[in-house]
Amino acid sequence: MASQTTSLRAYALSRLVLAVPMILILLSFVFLLMRVAPGDPVAAALGGKVSQEVLERKRAAMGLDEPIYVQFADYISDVFTLDFGMTITDNRPVLEVILNNGAATLELVFFAMVIATTLGILLGLITGRLRDTPIDVTGRLFGIFVYATPVFFLGFLGQLIFGAGLNWLPASGRASPMVQYTLERTTNLLVLDAIIAGNWTALWDVVRHLIMPATTLGLLITGVLLRMVRVNLLQTLQGDYVEAARARGVSEPRVVYKHAFRNALVPVVTMIGLQFALMMSGAILTETTFNWPGLGNQLVRYLNNRDYTGVQGIITFFAVVVVLISVVIDFVNAWIDPRVRY
Amino acid sequence: MTTANRNASGNGDGEPILSVRDLRVWYGTAKGAAQAVDRVSLDIAPGEAVGLVGESGCGKSTLGRALMGLTPQSAAHDGKIIYRGQDVLAMTRRQRHALRGPEIGLIFQEPMTRLNPLMRIDDHFDETVRAHEPGLSRAEIKRRSLETLGHVGIPPTRFHQYPHEFSGGMRQRIMIALALVLKPKLLIADEPTTSLDVLVEAQILRLLKDLQTEFGTALLMITHNLGIVAEACDRMAVMYAGRVAEDGEVGSVFANPGHPYTRELLRSTISLSTKQLSHIPGSPPNLVTPPDGCRFHPRCPDAMQVCAQKVPVATHPRPGQRVYCWRHGPDDRIPDGGEQPLQQEFDHVDEA
Repeated sequence: MASQTTSLRAYALSRLVLAVPMILILLSFVFLLMRVAPGDPVAAALGGKVSQEVLERKRAAMGLDEPIYVQFADYISDVFTLDFGMTITDNRPVLEVILNNGAATLELVFFAMVIATTLGILLGLITGRLRDTPIDVTGRLFGIFVYATPVFFLGFLGQLIFGAGLNWLPASGRASPMVQYTLERTTNLLVLDAIIAGNWTALWDVVRHLIMPATTLGLLITGVLLRMVRVNLLQTLQGDYVEAARARGVSEPRVVYKHAFRNALVPVVTMIGLQFALMMSGAILTETTFNWPGLGNQLVRYLNNRDYTGVQGIITFFAVVVVLISVVIDFVNAWIDPRVRY
Repeated sequence: MTTANRNASGNGDGEPILSVRDLRVWYGTAKGAAQAVDRVSLDIAPGEAVGLVGESGCGKSTLGRALMGLTPQSAAHDGKIIYRGQDVLAMTRRQRHALRGPEIGLIFQEPMTRLNPLMRIDDHFDETVRAHEPGLSRAEIKRRSLETLGHVGIPPTRFHQYPHEFSGGMRQRIMIALALVLKPKLLIADEPTTSLDVLVEAQILRLLKDLQTEFGTALLMITHNLGIVAEACDRMAVMYAGRVAEDGEVGSVFANPGHPYTRELLRSTISLSTKQLSHIPGSPPNLVTPPDGCRFHPRCPDAMQVCAQKVPVATHPRPGQRVYCWRHGPDDRIPDGGEQPLQQEFDHVDEA
């Protein structure tokens, strides 16, 4: 038993170490992409609004007059010291933008993921068990529908029906103005903040604001997960070890859950990790639709205004998050499936 | 092997532990129903080792699965499988679960994929024993499991390991131990050594033989290897295209094969005296549209007119040997001129 935990720990450590070069490669790509974009970032953002002299000073302050390799070294060391600089257009520290709006995105993506995994795995299990029945067909059609429908369309539909029509849920924003300004911020994750503050009215308000955007974003992934869980379950149910377990007289519910279902989820975990990364981009659309003050929303604004540092900082953050998620997924996989550790 | 020998290894009281009567199993396929098992009758006495031989795809494995009610949902069946006075096919779900394991155990052909890769060996044993004796303590389950694993030569130090940490031969021994920990009265071994090398094969066969003598377990050995049958079995049944062609004492069948198919099978085995490889021209028929009459007649060198027309009936050319072949009669059932040789061309293109 002891050797098992050690090898799991060793595996996790090696994955963590490997994440460092992965992040470095990603950062190089981000850096290169930013330089390949034509035009001077400072001139693009502020051109015509300030004098040539101010432009030069701004450029020097950002280190843009240095040779490219010095700029690269500066960028890398800045990232590792979490110093992303100031945004050009609204002169805010990029780190502050990431912490504020990143929390909003994280909250949205997290709850969307909870909805997606719960619904996707549950429906996948049901449709797989009831293969070729009307329930199975309906479930699969639902899966295709939510996967194929664009986020903004589903979002507008929800806003029209549950917001404007029935007036059940707020159509946009993270919280009502009252809560927005009075709730004490500790983590910037409003659900958590409301719980910490013990403010139950605020919690209810925040949750009501979360329901529609999180569901809209979550449904996108639900379809993918549903179909994947269903197909995997059908496959494992035909599996050799499932037949062997039946031949030993293991009860049918146990055969289905302990052998078929659990094994069917192994590739799904990897899928969830990949979808998490996809959701970050899916979140941009959702955030725009629901006026959610997240990082995606902010990224679009900086892109439109050609705010070079803002865009670079946020993309860097996304890249690092994706790498970290893949490390976590590797670890979870190794924890579930012992074969991965070798 | 003689009758006396058979009585020595089995209890020999004549009352079979398992008796199959007119069993039919068919699968629905896109082209129609495939008759995997067609009117098979078979008896296994307590403690007896029966070999079930035939080419690939002749219904051996389906028969083995059917004996414990393990045919796929898409399969339909007919006939009777009487296990100690109870019809397996008429059992409730609960009765069938109680049957699988403590009464009839099954060992599979490919051991590599038969253990759940996410479960440790101890979890497999725990689950198996608990399914049949829920009240047992953890320590008792462990003691019993380790004892059984000891029988098959797996050391206790490896009890907590995962399946992927074992070789194919070891996994097969673990599978055997998983079947034996419930002390089944009948063990069905479906080509248990096909995917293993010869040394491991010998080990596994010796193990099965030992178990049989030690615990009095009856054994149904499904194989296409006649050598294994000669070595490990008391009686044998030869299957062709879903039907039993011949069965009887191993020694008597080997010495006087009554069915041309058995004879050709025996001729195609390789031994030291083999100078030229022999094979049976053609391949087993499609089970959706099998040939009329005797299913072997298109490949049979001795085929007569009647063989293509009427299904052969059971004949007993020697005591304890049953042959389904018109060459052994009965003469009064053969129509006039039915004994004329059948003109046929062997299809040498798709030989098996």
